[in-house]
Amino acid sequence: MKRRLRSVITEHKELAPHIFSLKLKTEMSAEAVPGQFIGIYPKDGARILMRPISICDSDAETGELRMVYRAAGKGTAEISGYGAGESLDILGMLGNGYDLEAVKEKKVILLGGGIGIPPMLYSAKRLKEQGTEVTAVLGYADSNTFLKEDFEKYCTVQIASMEGSVGTKGTVIDAMNENGTEGDVIFACGPMPMLKAVKSYAADHGMQAFISLEERMACGVGACLGCVVKTREVDHHTHVKNTRICVEGPVFNAEDVDI
Amino acid sequence: MNTKVELAGIELKNPVMTASGTFGSGAEYSEMIDIGRLGAVVTKGVANVPWEGNPSPRVTEVYGGMLNAIGLQNPGVDVFIERDIPFLQKFDTKIIVNVCGHTVEEYIETVERLNDQPVDMYEINVSCPNVKQGALAFGQDPHVLEETVKAVKAAAKKPVIIKLSPNVTSIRDMAIAAEAGGADVISLINTLIGMKIDINRRKFVLANKTGGFSGPAVKPVAVHMVYEASHAVKIPVIGMGGIADADDAIEFILAGASAVSVGTMNFSDPETTIKVIDGIEAYMKKYHVEDIKELVGAVS
Repeated sequence: MKRRLRSVITEHKELAPHIFSLKLKTEMSAEAVPGQFIGIYPKDGARILMRPISICDSDAETGELRMVYRAAGKGTAEISGYGAGESLDILGMLGNGYDLEAVKEKKVILLGGGIGIPPMLYSAKRLKEQGTEVTAVLGYADSNTFLKEDFEKYCTVQIASMEGSVGTKGTVIDAMNENGTEGDVIFACGPMPMLKAVKSYAADHGMQAFISLEERMACGVGACLGCVVKTREVDHHTHVKNTRICVEGPVFNAEDVDI
Repeated sequence: MNTKVELAGIELKNPVMTASGTFGSGAEYSEMIDIGRLGAVVTKGVANVPWEGNPSPRVTEVYGGMLNAIGLQNPGVDVFIERDIPFLQKFDTKIIVNVCGHTVEEYIETVERLNDQPVDMYEINVSCPNVKQGALAFGQDPHVLEETVKAVKAAAKKPVIIKLSPNVTSIRDMAIAAEAGGADVISLINTLIGMKIDINRRKFVLANKTGGFSGPAVKPVAVHMVYEASHAVKIPVIGMGGIADADDAIEFILAGASAVSVGTMNFSDPETTIKVIDGIEAYMKKYHVEDIKELVGAVS
């Protein structure tokens, strides 16, 4: 059940310039599926909309959700200023998440680019728990390889960086080509040029790709139709060729969306 | 204490409804609030055929509000009748269908399809700023508006609410024109036209360049327009524009609104409508108001 709830910050720290790790104590942690997201509300009343932020980790035992996000605008900058013990109102759980059961017996490649890296961590953890073979290929801007050590707990990690200071120089696709990374299914999250490249890479290699999309959102629950993506077929809900990223997504089979 | 209000012979249990486009057809919010507590649900605009709407990005936040340029995406009246009306019928609330179109004929076609359906009223959207052909054009010229209302009224078997645009020189003239055309009720305000520019990319934030501005920041404009419109006509007025809590709703009622709609702030807090309903009752108790009708237009 979706709802707006008050949560309490248990940890909040900057991992890299403008990249923050936030842990929230909330009952929603018991429901979180990799690929899902929550909406975090700024407290400044002039900022009325929630900020959609993907789940990086969830620990049902401690009752904590972890988000790693970039303070890109004024709203996320405001949120980044709140510390442990303070509260944040959140809307969740939002979105569909990755279908882990469907890939249980397959070899999965996780592709994360930039701030698309964090949601892949929770996928890596849960895939390992169910015994799925996983390789993560993480694309960074530079040598600031935030979350790399966290991934290494769960899977083989390959690195790419645009400036070439660590790992393969270039993109996650360049890293896969250089390393000969093998798999049956790709899970990917990152900037749109990366997702487009992933879609065609998967098509060329006869692989399935599930990509996580982002778009400016208002309601987060499917009411406003603010965050749609064009689709190949007529959508079951909208009855036109687009679909709601916040409800039917953010994870889509790359073949089904026109990006 | 009586919170019931009557609009064109339709009795609402309380004056609080949803603003079109912010609540879908209720399904999405039904898991978060009890829709049966609402005076009415005003649905997202529906047209004679499915509309794809505008390219993305369609929404963005601005100070104290947001801009949207959804472009009235909707699944069309057939899906609406088959899926959304049966859903809404499950709740003890009134169903007001917002109707959109590019032409008078399209409005009429949709209204005629709905005439035999178990819905209570129509709200005719003559004021969407995000659809190039038609829509707002009907709502910016008093003569065109009057003729449009006449044509829709002639086809409609349910009471007709005309939703007015604030993007006009004289809201009084538009309210008078709607009444002259035979409107049973008017509702206002729809969104103000706005624009946001990304200074780093030097691009418009919205793909549509412009969008409808809504949210708490527009409330003073809306309260004033409700005051002006309600003093220009005898038909009831539904007030909306940035309502975030019961205090805001009461302000609209005191300005002259017989009922109010909560719009953008549903996104901020899904329970806003319920809090407004509870808050109005608390206000009535505090000031010993027996009947909410005593408050309508009671500003001096």
